[in-house]
Amino acid sequence: MADTLTPVLTDTWDAEQGWKLATYEARGGYAALDAAFAMSPDDVITAVKDSGLRGRGGAGFPTGMKWSFIPQDNPKPKYLVVNADESEPGTCKDIPLMMGNPHVLVEGVIVSSYAIRANKAFIYIRGEVVHVIRRVQAAVADAYAAGHLGKDIHGSGYDLDVVVHAGAGAYICGEETALLEGLEGRRGQPRLRPPFPAVAGLYASPTVINNVESIASVPAIVKNGAGWFASMGTEKSKGHGIFSLSGHVTKPGQYEAPLGITLRELLDLAGGVRKGHQLKFWTPGGSSTPLFTDAHLDVPLDFEGVAGAGSMLGTRALQIFDETVCVVRAVLRWSEFYKHESCGKCTPCREGTWWLVQALARLENGQGSEEDLDQLVDQCDNILGRAFCALGDGATSPVTSSIEYFRDEYLAHLSHGGCPFDPARSTAWAGQEVTA
Amino acid sequence: MTTTPEKSDLVTVTIDGVQVSVPKDTLVIRAAEQIGVQIPRFCDHPLLAPVGACRQCLVDVPDAGNGRGFPKPQASCTLPVAEGMVVSTQQTSPVADKAQQGVMELLLINHPLDCPICDKGGECPLQNQAMSNGRGESRFSDERNRGVKRTFPKPINLSPTVLLDRERCIVCQRCTRFAEEIAGDPFISLIERGAQQQIGIAEDAPFLSYFSGNVIQICPVGALTSEQYRFRSRPFDLVSTPGIAEHDACGSAIRIDHRRGKVLRRQAGNDPAVNEEWITDKDRFAFAYAQADDRLGYPQVRDTLPDGGRGGLRPASWPEAFTVAARGLAAAKAAGGVGVLTGGRLGVEDAYAYAKFARVALGTNDIDFRARPLSDEETAFLAAHVVLTGPAGGAVTYGDLEAATKVVLVGLEPEDEAGAIFLRLRKSVLAGGTEVLAVAPYTTRGLDKLSARLVPTAPGDEAAALAALAGELDASCVVLAGERLATSPGALTAAARLAADSGARLAWVPRRAGDRGALEAGCLPTLLPGGRPVADAGARVDVATAWGTPALPEAGGRDADGIVAALAAGELGGLVVAGVDPDDTADPVATRAAVAAAGFVVAFDLRRTEVTDAADVVFPVAPTTDKAGSFVNWEGRVRTWEAALHNPASLPELRALSGIADELAHLGEGSPLGFRTVAEARAELEQLGPWDGPRVELGSAAVESSAATDGSDDSTGANPNSTRRLATWKQLLDNGSMQDGDKYLKATARTPVALVTRADYEAHGPTVTLTGDRGSMTLPAEIADDLAEGVVWVPARSVGNGVLADLASPGTPVTITGAEGVHG
Repeated sequence: MADTLTPVLTDTWDAEQGWKLATYEARGGYAALDAAFAMSPDDVITAVKDSGLRGRGGAGFPTGMKWSFIPQDNPKPKYLVVNADESEPGTCKDIPLMMGNPHVLVEGVIVSSYAIRANKAFIYIRGEVVHVIRRVQAAVADAYAAGHLGKDIHGSGYDLDVVVHAGAGAYICGEETALLEGLEGRRGQPRLRPPFPAVAGLYASPTVINNVESIASVPAIVKNGAGWFASMGTEKSKGHGIFSLSGHVTKPGQYEAPLGITLRELLDLAGGVRKGHQLKFWTPGGSSTPLFTDAHLDVPLDFEGVAGAGSMLGTRALQIFDETVCVVRAVLRWSEFYKHESCGKCTPCREGTWWLVQALARLENGQGSEEDLDQLVDQCDNILGRAFCALGDGATSPVTSSIEYFRDEYLAHLSHGGCPFDPARSTAWAGQEVTA
Repeated sequence: MTTTPEKSDLVTVTIDGVQVSVPKDTLVIRAAEQIGVQIPRFCDHPLLAPVGACRQCLVDVPDAGNGRGFPKPQASCTLPVAEGMVVSTQQTSPVADKAQQGVMELLLINHPLDCPICDKGGECPLQNQAMSNGRGESRFSDERNRGVKRTFPKPINLSPTVLLDRERCIVCQRCTRFAEEIAGDPFISLIERGAQQQIGIAEDAPFLSYFSGNVIQICPVGALTSEQYRFRSRPFDLVSTPGIAEHDACGSAIRIDHRRGKVLRRQAGNDPAVNEEWITDKDRFAFAYAQADDRLGYPQVRDTLPDGGRGGLRPASWPEAFTVAARGLAAAKAAGGVGVLTGGRLGVEDAYAYAKFARVALGTNDIDFRARPLSDEETAFLAAHVVLTGPAGGAVTYGDLEAATKVVLVGLEPEDEAGAIFLRLRKSVLAGGTEVLAVAPYTTRGLDKLSARLVPTAPGDEAAALAALAGELDASCVVLAGERLATSPGALTAAARLAADSGARLAWVPRRAGDRGALEAGCLPTLLPGGRPVADAGARVDVATAWGTPALPEAGGRDADGIVAALAAGELGGLVVAGVDPDDTADPVATRAAVAAAGFVVAFDLRRTEVTDAADVVFPVAPTTDKAGSFVNWEGRVRTWEAALHNPASLPELRALSGIADELAHLGEGSPLGFRTVAEARAELEQLGPWDGPRVELGSAAVESSAATDGSDDSTGANPNSTRRLATWKQLLDNGSMQDGDKYLKATARTPVALVTRADYEAHGPTVTLTGDRGSMTLPAEIADDLAEGVVWVPARSVGNGVLADLASPGTPVTITGAEGVHG
């Protein structure tokens, strides 16, 4: 098990003006284009397949296989859409990646589009992050100017145009079909499947939708070979990935490491939990993945390992909470997020999140009885797997997992007549309060 | 038409342990219906595309047909069957049952418990399915943990007729999907998100659609209500009677909901062959006219003053009125004869009574159902190509419109004049099956929604436009010719020739509900009942034998225009007139003069009109709610209804005609009708049957010459600076008297405007005055981008007394000027 970092995507972040085209090119950037153009598109797909790259947006679907679903006999144009609508609470890998190294994404877009034979690609960026949108727009403009985009790229005869699209502020648009609706100018709500986007996606044409990190991983695979990529990680979860540590950790940030690393190892790299405190619970992949506790410090952070322990690898958004945090309070805040972001299309998510918030708020205030906990779990059971898309499922994860691991803490609220925690103690300025 | 699917198209699935074979692509929710299992549902509607939004219809699928099951419950409204699939519904699967109960509970947490005051209470899918598939007690609002429900200020108007109570809405999207998919008026849409998601309209664009009422009917909760019905009644107090809509020739099925002798609302009926489950707002809301204050309730006869002068009308008993009418008609017969104008609103049985009354009691063929501009060419066309055609004989049907590769519309604006045709065409166009070609003056909103290809045609030039289409059509095409073609010389002949030459199929679409039935029943000067030509001696003998009369009048009769002219000239002595508004006729002034000049007038009408005021004897007639009857729709399809209301004072016209005929027979004039009830008249007409002799060919020579003289010499030769040809038709919602009494419906009518070319707009400004040979009209002008050159369009009956009375005849020249000093 590798215990060292493997900076690939994050490699240039420490360089002077690492986001600039010149910096990127000086370090071998855009060399993957010529390597790819020397291959047939199908060979590029095969290379990505062989590398074992799985979707970095959370679901972990094999990227090369997704590309091979595009029906090449379909006369309609093919599209590549990059999902850069990073909005999950705790998830913070794509936005720093696009800030730190936008060109690796652009290069990945070109190689990927070439592989699926798309001549138009879209990067759908979360609307709130204007600075990132500007940076990616600048990178795309620079790439055009340098001949990496446009007509006859690098003399290959291959044409590609890239559109950087700003979202309008909805978590649901991270769901790929809702993203397509938004990209088409419609109301962002998930589409009925089938047809799947590979058959009828954007403008009813064959469409590949990939996460930023997935696409950004492609150039290195093409340059270094599938074997190089597959040599990292675990048997079924190969390669490197960005692990985002946040919360009560000494050195929060992005740690690019092979899949399969454990939180214990990552905490070692990050200087451990906030000084003087202990790990209480954490999310392996953002708020939509069931919570872990200190019992899970040695769970290998790959798709199988995390799933085997009852959660999901998700977006490797490791939010660290120490013992000062009230889990009920944290779960209520997440639930409020889901209620706010539920698109409203389907009943379980729209109405269920409305109810979860009220139920949790009562519990936080110490109202109710132990039966209410069982009822809360039952409500979650009526939402999980009943909603139209995964948003509803994700809304139940923190609730059910927190009750599983911290039932006593919920009950303590009831016996205490309210929250037994001092919320100030969990803040970054805890212990530094100045009294007037 | 339902056809038995090929064996290979069938897919066998097992639902709750029962094997069932259904056509492929059938959704599981409907396959389950085949074995008698009703899966609860809200967003699902068989005529709308699946959406899977409400999640109420979740079922367990242990085997998707490939040996593997779905890990999660599946929405049966979006899941097509697959060979070998195994489905467990709530009947057999605890997982499915819990999923459904869970969704139902969630639907109810924000739904108000106002069922006792909600219009939907008692006929509410949410209420009913909460009982069948929900838990009895709420866990959200009980004492222990009282939740806070989402509320909204209530209600909001989506349009003048449709109101929305947002807190009742379960956002199933049936209404928005209907508006977008079916009507093509997407003026309601989802707005906001999450629990605040709601149906909304744009600030400046209310939900103005000719079909808006359908969303109220398909709303599975009480969120959408109509101004007309809101808080008026409880469903369990209503008696529902099936009926047929009387506002157009579509033959749409409706349901009349009434209470204590009063109609409270009308709903769409379900007739898959005709209107599916949709009706126009006119069919739905325009029923108050039958309960208007001026409804006639008893017969009236005119007093003779002591000096012999004309007195006023006074109430009379039915027998007295029969006697007075018979005496007067006998005298009028002696004074030259009696003409019969039956209007376009009759059921077939009543029309048959008029047709027989004219022949056996009045001894004349002077009878015409057409209370509108007409022509000899049309008379001949109806005999040659329309009468006796019907679905059984292979005539064009709604289904054929869906199957056709091209449908040519000429003299017909389907959204205004035949709503069910419009919806069926739109369905077909959206499915990618049919291209609509419109020989019309401009692309109307309806044609736009049909993605129709316009053949820009000035009124009067239709014949030439049709001739030019010959190369485009084949046997897979349909030509729909509207009744307005009567005023376009040569057009009906050209339509018939186009069909004959190309192999395309032809159908005639009248506007009024009774026109087609009156044609079949013999209310035409040249046709006896069953399409028998008057001119054919064999046909006359046929009918005379059946009727047991010695002989029928041999002389061809006068048409409506001829009757009007003969009355004015004193050649006819009397008139029997039923529901004719002079302003609808080809020449309103002449029609009024004819009524005034007639020696003796017997008027039948529902309500007091200028014609009943001028009549010598007035008989009230039963509205369609008060009697049984049949309409023959444009297809030739017969749709029969029974009386919804029992009103002893409200008699069908055939009963009154029978009474008059009896009295006339006592006076030695003619013979009795031989029937007194709708059932007897219907039986007699059925027994008479259709004519099996040769059809009269449509003579082409005369028409050809008239076609040749037209189209070349009219407005194009006139002063191009100010003379335009007048295009006009009646909009769905206008000043028609059968829309009286519903101000909300009226408020949804389109604003009357004159449509002009861009050049005319620039030359004459935003308000124009049109002047024709009958007067002037001043209207706001709007630009119709593709309006045929030299044409101006105005709605026929939306302002004043209508175009025929106030402006000019369709197709004739009018001058256009800017209206100085008039500000819109």
